[in-house]
Amino acid sequence: MKTQQISRILLTLFALAALSGCGSIEPWVKPYERDRLADPIMFLDMDPVSSAYIYHVYEAREGARGGEGTAGGGCGCN
Amino acid sequence: MEEKGLPAAAAAATDMFRLPEKQQTQSLFPPLMAGFRRCMGGIRALTLVTLLLVSVQTAIASVLPEDRTDFLYHRYEGGGVTIDGPSVLVRKSVGKSLSLSANYYVDMISSASIDVITTASPYTEERTQYNLSGVYLRGNTTVSAGVTDSTESDFDARTYNLSVSQDMFGQLTTLTLSYAFGDDTVRRSDDPGFFRDNIRQQYGVGVTQILTRNMIAALNVEVITDEGFLNNPYRSVRFLDPNSPVGYSFEPELYPRTRTTNAVGLRTKYYLPYRAVLEGQYRYFIDTWDIESHTASIAYLHPWKDFVFSAKYRYHTQTGAHFFRDVFSRSEATNFRGRDKELSALSSQTLKFTAAYEFLPDGWGFIDKGTVNFSMDHLIVDYEDFRDISTGAAFGSEPFYQLKANIYQLFFSFWY
Repeated sequence: MKTQQISRILLTLFALAALSGCGSIEPWVKPYERDRLADPIMFLDMDPVSSAYIYHVYEAREGARGGEGTAGGGCGCN
Repeated sequence: MEEKGLPAAAAAATDMFRLPEKQQTQSLFPPLMAGFRRCMGGIRALTLVTLLLVSVQTAIASVLPEDRTDFLYHRYEGGGVTIDGPSVLVRKSVGKSLSLSANYYVDMISSASIDVITTASPYTEERTQYNLSGVYLRGNTTVSAGVTDSTESDFDARTYNLSVSQDMFGQLTTLTLSYAFGDDTVRRSDDPGFFRDNIRQQYGVGVTQILTRNMIAALNVEVITDEGFLNNPYRSVRFLDPNSPVGYSFEPELYPRTRTTNAVGLRTKYYLPYRAVLEGQYRYFIDTWDIESHTASIAYLHPWKDFVFSAKYRYHTQTGAHFFRDVFSRSEATNFRGRDKELSALSSQTLKFTAAYEFLPDGWGFIDKGTVNFSMDHLIVDYEDFRDISTGAAFGSEPFYQLKANIYQLFFSFWY
């Protein structure tokens, strides 16, 4: 049941995102106001190699996966 | 995961953040039909790729990932298990539209975990993983594709992935669609004739949104399906056995052959009034094995001179799989049965500290700059339905197992 709900949310989000691409919205954060967002400490993934590793560790130690980032293949889980 | 880099960010000040003249003068809501006609081609292309997507890209797109090389040494110690090894990533642009990368990763495993010491013998193992990928940039669209190959003595995995990202709304929003196809082969080291397959498919949708001049957020939805042999070929479950002197015996575990997992993750970063960042993250997870989890974390990053320090706290809680039991009432008591502690109800907490130091700020030869990073994670997992039978306590009175582990990372990064 919850899986169906999540699927509906996912489809709705995708439909909204796709439809919203039909128009042009004037950006409310102007280009000259994005200096802080361009600071490397604001990057969502500052160190891809490190984050891929740590996601792999969590995937091996917990029952959940996905939604956070990426993880490599394989196991090494015991 | 690709990320916009510092040189790219500098370029962004002039290129990425500059809107086309037409866009700058348009009103908030243009005529619907004109917009509809304009975007139909894009939607059709996007829809085709939707059927093929993966790796959710959480960066601001429209620029290629930075040219960089990382040398990482990782080490995991805890619960009788030590896993360490290198990871090397090399990424280089070819022209202005293409970026290629290669990653080499090794896990050297020495395991005497609670599972192993109670039902098997300690072992050593090595897992080697290669990844090749490319990112192609055209206008506001980024297409990524890659292949990952992982090899162990008794487990092989190959994964193909494809993703497409589209910037919109004056590059305030990035939509990413991704798909991955994985083909695993499971073997047994003690049975040369044992081969089992597992097919894994991942579907992802990600939206990265600039909310204010100080705040960015990313929403990722990921669905992963597995079909095939999903249990560990060596692991056993225990069941009540009146004929056993300890009161129980073991038999092989047996999992369902399918699993679908759903995860929704929200992540946000906020730039504080001084140069520092507060980061929050939450993930909700549910799957067809009845595992439901909540994961949340909060982090603080603080630059100081040429250093960046950060601290992070992460909390995870989950329910157990419907076929998990610490002890089954009898042999073959249920259709499916498992005693993998990761499928037990559990909660985990992690405290992480990171220090990064930037050197060569003025460059050296072809290198623009370098950083050295050290991080340590202290992980504690409390299993709520998995007892520690290695203690020798009387049956039924064994304490619940607790795992404590330290995870170390040391890595050098060079930009060029």
